[in-house]
Amino acid sequence: MYTAPFQYLRANSVADAEQLFKEHADAKYLAGGQTLIPTMKQRLATPPALIDIGRIGALSFIRREKDKLVIGAGTRHADVADSAEVKAAVPALAVLAGQIGDPAVRHKGTLGGSLANNDPAADYPAAALALGARVRTTRRVIDAREFFTGLFETALEEGEIITEVAFPVPERTGYAKFPNPASRYALVGVFVAKFRDAVSVAVTGAAPCVFRHTEMERALARSFSPDAVAGVKVSADGLNSDLFASAEYRAHLIGVMAKRAVAAALQ
Amino acid sequence: MIVNGKAVRAEVEDRTLLVHFLRDQLRLTGTHVGCDTSQCGACVVHVGGRAVKSCTIFAVQADGEDVLTIEGLAKDGTLHPIQQAFQDHHGLQCGFCTPGMIMTALDLLRRHPKPDDATIRRELEGNFCRCTGYINIVKAIRAAAGTV
Repeated sequence: MYTAPFQYLRANSVADAEQLFKEHADAKYLAGGQTLIPTMKQRLATPPALIDIGRIGALSFIRREKDKLVIGAGTRHADVADSAEVKAAVPALAVLAGQIGDPAVRHKGTLGGSLANNDPAADYPAAALALGARVRTTRRVIDAREFFTGLFETALEEGEIITEVAFPVPERTGYAKFPNPASRYALVGVFVAKFRDAVSVAVTGAAPCVFRHTEMERALARSFSPDAVAGVKVSADGLNSDLFASAEYRAHLIGVMAKRAVAAALQ
Repeated sequence: MIVNGKAVRAEVEDRTLLVHFLRDQLRLTGTHVGCDTSQCGACVVHVGGRAVKSCTIFAVQADGEDVLTIEGLAKDGTLHPIQQAFQDHHGLQCGFCTPGMIMTALDLLRRHPKPDDATIRRELEGNFCRCTGYINIVKAIRAAAGTV
């Protein structure tokens, strides 16, 4: 299967990439390509030019800085999953990265690509939102809480590139997902982060966009245990309903995945 | 690009997928196109030492890289230990998925030299066998452990 014709351009730096973007109207950035290329093969996307940012070495790193973990936007899922630094600082982030797609996809797909695409069933948005990550771009720093704006929509402007993401290191983290058995995307995924003074719970896969479950957060702040989650009623209002799962089933799964995520965080 | 240890140079259209470059231009037809939607893993090759789906990467992205395909495994007519294990343990039926299975097996055995069955099965998540011969595929990979 061939994509529509396009012009391939390779960027050697983010500055180079932004310059190329200015010179080529309607171009798209190509990072790992694990979503973009299948989309182009189905002709659901037909960009006239691709700017390859997947080989910019400076975008690929994992670094611990005191109370945060900073990961370059070009870092592959497999590298996050295997990183001793990630496992030590935010263990659930390594677990999450190791559950994206399959091994071959994880060798190509990138953190920045996943966040920028903001697929409603992608895993990384849940971690970024729950942890209150700071998304650094070529132009500014965006709080994860303002970054995810809707279905496949983010606060990114035309041509703006994510360069790194800083994840605050909490006391405990847990991630549990119920994967679609075919695609491995989350039917429902729940990321739980326990900070010294607060708990945050982010849900992916269930609604048009990743969101925080504040009722669950309050219950877990009172008592950080799977039982605390069991008492929270999850509404099906606004949740997705499709051939894989009804909104009611997804609401039920949010409770189950949240319990599992908390149990994982307590291990 | 270095393919199976040999430097190759060619002009391709920008949109040429790596799998089409390998099959149609280099005539290395051991790498198969199964689903063409990034799900089945029949097209798995190694780029820069890592297993990737060659239907989900453009040939130009692999420019200058080291590429290893199923044709690069056997040496001087002797099957690679993983290939031999697939033969010994009847790890293939129709054989269509086998190149991808073996390239994935090589990648997983490099990362998990002594995998248990659960690890092998988890690592094969991206490879489909529509003859459903998974039991013998897992057996073959377990037998090949320690040989790569």
